[in-house]
Amino acid sequence: MQKRIFPTTGSDSAHAMTWGLIAATSLVIGIFVGSRGLRDFDPALVSYAGACVFSAFGLGYRYAMWLRRPPTRLYWYRGWHIFLDRKHFMRNVFHLGRIFWNNIVLQRFIERRSHKRWMAHWFLAWGCLLAGAVTFPLSFGWVRFETSVDNQQIYRAFMFGIPLGSFRLGTWIAELTFNILDVAAVMVLIGVFFALWRRGRDHGAMSVQQFSNDLTPLIMLFAICVTGLFLTVSTHLMHGLYYIFLSQLHAITVILTLLCLPFGKFFHIFQRPAQLGLDFYKRAGAEGPQAKCIRCGQEYGAALQIEDLKTVQAELQIRFQMTDGSHYQDVCPQCRRKNLALTQDALWRSTDMSKRGLL
Amino acid sequence: MSEAAFFIDYSRCIGCEACVNACAECDTHRGTSMIHLETIDRRDSVQTAPQICMHCEDPICAQVCPADAIKKTPDGVVQSSLKPRCIGCSNCVLSCPFGVPKYMSGIDQMMKCDMCYDRSSVGKKPMCATVCPSGALTYTSMEEIQRTRQGIPVNSWKFGAEEVKTKVYVMVPREVTRVEIGLVQIHSTPSALPNDPYDVALMLEGME
Repeated sequence: MQKRIFPTTGSDSAHAMTWGLIAATSLVIGIFVGSRGLRDFDPALVSYAGACVFSAFGLGYRYAMWLRRPPTRLYWYRGWHIFLDRKHFMRNVFHLGRIFWNNIVLQRFIERRSHKRWMAHWFLAWGCLLAGAVTFPLSFGWVRFETSVDNQQIYRAFMFGIPLGSFRLGTWIAELTFNILDVAAVMVLIGVFFALWRRGRDHGAMSVQQFSNDLTPLIMLFAICVTGLFLTVSTHLMHGLYYIFLSQLHAITVILTLLCLPFGKFFHIFQRPAQLGLDFYKRAGAEGPQAKCIRCGQEYGAALQIEDLKTVQAELQIRFQMTDGSHYQDVCPQCRRKNLALTQDALWRSTDMSKRGLL
Repeated sequence: MSEAAFFIDYSRCIGCEACVNACAECDTHRGTSMIHLETIDRRDSVQTAPQICMHCEDPICAQVCPADAIKKTPDGVVQSSLKPRCIGCSNCVLSCPFGVPKYMSGIDQMMKCDMCYDRSSVGKKPMCATVCPSGALTYTSMEEIQRTRQGIPVNSWKFGAEEVKTKVYVMVPREVTRVEIGLVQIHSTPSALPNDPYDVALMLEGME
């Protein structure tokens, strides 16, 4: 019997519910404190903030549930354990910076899959992150703008009530600040266009894609961007025509998307950073002893990972122990494949021999 | 006539590699073959065997996946890892009892045979079964396979104490109801042999 490295206690849903409540409560406290007791909180954005609190609950619940899976839990703790190792901490911090730049900022691993996919994903990801970096602090009352008391042409920005700086209306910085969400919307629309183009022409993608999982998120992002851009169009080109209706329509699309964050494809935004922890685990495995196949004697993986897998398998009730005392996990994948053919061969041979009275 | 199913008969393989090349034509993994074609014991025989995904009812690859990236379609086909989720840990590669998933280091992702889902989901044969000249890989009805073969198809396996049921069948003698996998040793292992630079079999073994 393998020992359990990171045991869990209690019911999964109660545990997840607790983490969901912790996440939601933390956000409410963060909003209250960050907006200086709601003094900086904009009541017009309360529906967005409310949706974020619900979303935080869902994300806390789903993430905790995800970490209850034995393989996820093991890798999560192993990744942190290896990263925080005092002997290599500084080396790990530098390595984290490098892989964060390559995997999260540039998303190089997607580029190697396909340029079109990378282009779509890069614009979608950074468009959404840019929009999020603007709208979340605004909705929570962490950032606010006001005109200067002595000069109506000067705009001042505050974060948590602390003055960040000021800018004059009509300057490029003012234009960029007021239209940053339009820039983000255009970036996301470029990403949506490339993604739909690929999904509409790639026969492989078309055969496995699902409407709810693959197309709905794109449609939702498209709706947010278009309704958001309509607000700018209404203001500058239509003298504010239908502005209230359009702002409510935009709010509905954003709130629906926020509520969908813990489900389906959007959740990968929160899962994906686990890849960084895995990189440390892989590196530790490669630097440590290697496992050798009990059949061919060749190295086929890190001993650390093979032993961890046996633990995970035991927790999942996967019983690979052989009758001769060996463990099937100690056989390399290539020998497993050869073994299948040889086993079938032996079955035919023994049947043939018994028919001929030789067994 | 029952629904078409996939049947594998290792003993019929002639090592022509038609399946390997046809597999790469599939739209869901264009240019990359997902078939493993093993030369069983290169020094002593010409025996070869193809290996496709057996599409387990309760896939072990999916159970050990930390990212929850391996999903099964409603018709029982286990798909390649979901691209947004797969973190390239290779747990599936190391745990699959049939040794099927491949870790593609260039894209940091696991890929595997998905029974040519672009074809099989619309009633067409998977590419490998379309081109296999010897019937080692066959996609046909249960009645047809029983009419044309000596053995019977089974989809029940035992690896140690672990029982596995698969969507893909293997052809075995009529007396057999379940394939119990023991460790069939090979005569000589590359690591146990002296390093001989002129031994072509050994050299090719190392290149696999």
